Amino acid sequence: MKDLAENSGPTPDAGPDAPPAIELRGISKAFGPVQANKDISLKVAKGTIHGIIGENGAGKSTLMSILYGFYKADSGEILIDGKPTEIPDSQAAIAAGIGMVFQHFKLVENFSVLENVVLGAEDGALLRPTLSKARKHLTQIAKEYEMNVDPDALIEEIGVGMQQRVEILKSLYRHADILILDEPTGVLTPAEADHLFRILRGLKDEGKTIILITHKLREIMEVTDTVSVMRRGEMTATVKTAETSPEELAELMVGRKVLLRVDKTPATPGKTILKVEDLKVVDEDGVERLKGVSFEVRAGEILGIAGVAGNGQSELLEVLGGMMAGTGRVELNGESIDLTGKHSDGLSRRKRGISHVPEDRQREGLIMDFAAWENVAFGYQYDDSYKSGWLMDNAGIRRDTEGKMERFDVRPPNPQLAAKNFSGGNQQKIVLAREIERNPDLLLVGQPTRGVDIGAIEFIHQSLIQLRDAGKAILLVSVELDEIMGLSDRIAVMFDGRIMGERLPGETTEGELGLLMAGVTDGEGAA
Amino acid sequence: MDFSTLIQILDSTLRLATPLLLACLAGLFSERSGIFDIGLEAKMLIAAFFSAAVAYDSGSVWLGLLAGIAASMVFAAIHGVASITFRGNQLISGVALNFLASGMTVLIAQNWFQQGGRTPSLLGKARFEPLTLPFADALKDVPILGPLYSDLLSGHSILVYVALLAVPASWWVLFRTRFGLRLRAVGENPAAVDTAGVSVIGLRYAAVAIAGLLCGIAGAYLATGLQAGFVKDMTAGRGYIALAALIFAKWRPWYALGACLLFGLLQALALRTDVVAAIFPFKMPVQLLDSLPYILTVVILAGFVGKAIPPRAGGEPYVKER
Repeated sequence: MKDLAENSGPTPDAGPDAPPAIELRGISKAFGPVQANKDISLKVAKGTIHGIIGENGAGKSTLMSILYGFYKADSGEILIDGKPTEIPDSQAAIAAGIGMVFQHFKLVENFSVLENVVLGAEDGALLRPTLSKARKHLTQIAKEYEMNVDPDALIEEIGVGMQQRVEILKSLYRHADILILDEPTGVLTPAEADHLFRILRGLKDEGKTIILITHKLREIMEVTDTVSVMRRGEMTATVKTAETSPEELAELMVGRKVLLRVDKTPATPGKTILKVEDLKVVDEDGVERLKGVSFEVRAGEILGIAGVAGNGQSELLEVLGGMMAGTGRVELNGESIDLTGKHSDGLSRRKRGISHVPEDRQREGLIMDFAAWENVAFGYQYDDSYKSGWLMDNAGIRRDTEGKMERFDVRPPNPQLAAKNFSGGNQQKIVLAREIERNPDLLLVGQPTRGVDIGAIEFIHQSLIQLRDAGKAILLVSVELDEIMGLSDRIAVMFDGRIMGERLPGETTEGELGLLMAGVTDGEGAA
Repeated sequence: MDFSTLIQILDSTLRLATPLLLACLAGLFSERSGIFDIGLEAKMLIAAFFSAAVAYDSGSVWLGLLAGIAASMVFAAIHGVASITFRGNQLISGVALNFLASGMTVLIAQNWFQQGGRTPSLLGKARFEPLTLPFADALKDVPILGPLYSDLLSGHSILVYVALLAVPASWWVLFRTRFGLRLRAVGENPAAVDTAGVSVIGLRYAAVAIAGLLCGIAGAYLATGLQAGFVKDMTAGRGYIALAALIFAKWRPWYALGACLLFGLLQALALRTDVVAAIFPFKMPVQLLDSLPYILTVVILAGFVGKAIPPRAGGEPYVKER
């Protein structure tokens, strides 16, 4: 422990003669015809935080799954501390000192923290002695790394930030020296993410080696010592973080220059399009998800709703989109809209001029097994332009889809292809094309760029700005604070079913929004 | 209703609850590991037949019991291969086994014994004899407690006591051992178990095997303890009632005991129409009484007993994901 600590320190390349904690040599892995990893070589120095960045499908997760024994590489070699190591399963990975914190936590919800930590690493066949021993050990680790948790709390009763801490503790309990974190900040508030980074730096100071997989450039710049970029299954570059810039990394990821900032002119808001007063929603479990929300969206402006996932934003979109019942008063162009009953569904909303790009495009936006042209017709299947007598004009819909695909740069532009065969970004463009080209008065958009490549993000953002400039009202819900800051003309922050406050993007900071997202209200948090 | 009638009814409750309890605990192990088991019925039936057939042939009820357990475990293994290894639909696998057991037992019985799809009646050592607990005779005359001990608790076949002891044993295994912790975890979130370096497949096969063992005992008890021989479809839906009891019991061993005793009581009452006639002021048709356990099952399944949360990963084959 001691010499490790001396070896680490603030400079990443401590002990140039020491073997790297992890070395990958020529790792390749194919799934059928898809080459997920191509001849990847990587060295991760001991006691550093090493970032791996790349777009969705670049092969980051596959590579880490090979390292954790989930997949077997077709060829290549893994060296841990300079020793060639076979990792056929998770057990071997744990034995080699590797711990993994998955994007979706692998915790048993109705078990206690202690039981989750112990699971699979029990001392003996009987539970009681194991648990009492583990309790001492866990308390000791938690103290050492300043990660306080209540060992007896049930997982389902603690927040995601705490759950993530349990995952880290799980690895430390198994004596992991190498910790891999896959997209760890996706579910965290900015403050929680900062706390996580503090923990990671602390672990680094103790000599642990950390691999951080993310698609967020900001996190890479903030916390890593070295960063490797992956594109289409290949490792395209490994650079010192201090010697690179977000722009350079984005270019390495995408393979061309990318505009990271949204290019837009100031908004010129017109009349009020959407007026929401005291909107409340109770879900099917009887939990109140919206606790009286009021706001307005005007023509020619984008109202961004920021917040950590699960604070009522989804329900807000669903009730406005006609997918859920609610109470309160909602007006579109000065006329009231039904929130319950038979005139409260997607079809009625579309007739009134509300289009909806739902948060989960694979479950709500598209039918994955249906062709692109069929998906384009959904929601507008009764539209006159899609009819030929009392039959559907399928050829006409296909032609229309072809045009949409061209205008929205969907690749490949083939209307006959099933939705599931398009990449995430192209799927989203199909949904956007369908909804935007209906020329709605109000567009509801949820997570427009979730799981979308940087290149496509640029296009989607520009499409939304264009719609705004055409004088339409847009309600944008996103958990990506950068996106909210970049696109919105006004920002409302939601927490626990309420709007905590409204801000103008030019006059606020991520820090201030982060406090609001964590439920700290104007008065108490300002200082 | 006098005290001795009450004792008689409770005595019969205990006998009738025994196969339910064993099957319910079998289902509990299986479902706690994430494998739905609608084929409890099949396993009991096949065990009932083979235990009766072997007991008759060999004259030894113990060999019969072993044969019943073996048959049930073969069926459990088929269910395991279909639903764990090949990730098939667990309900369909279970239903298929139910059909298979129902047809196969009668067919083989007819072929072997030519008695219309039944085995010959079992006599003497080919049946489980009642066991007299220590001091049962001596304590008989103590008021209240005497009859409770001597007439109600004492005088059952050994398998009744096995079933009763299986309750604390199951509780202990599930909640006090490493195996139990892992078993419960695998039914809730197999990915957590897998990433912790423990075999999901191994745990689930173990659970299914335990279910086979318990169903084997339940089936053997039906044919060699409760009755004297195998008859066509003698399980009479007990596998399904055990599943209802499992939901009623919220997948907990002690609650399972309570639920199975309740169902056993209903079945016992259905056999004692005279008592029921004395309790109710109006005439209760026998058919209604007979169907009461099944009606209660429907009521329970329809969710009238409060929210029962099944193991979260139940019914879903585990596929590793990135």
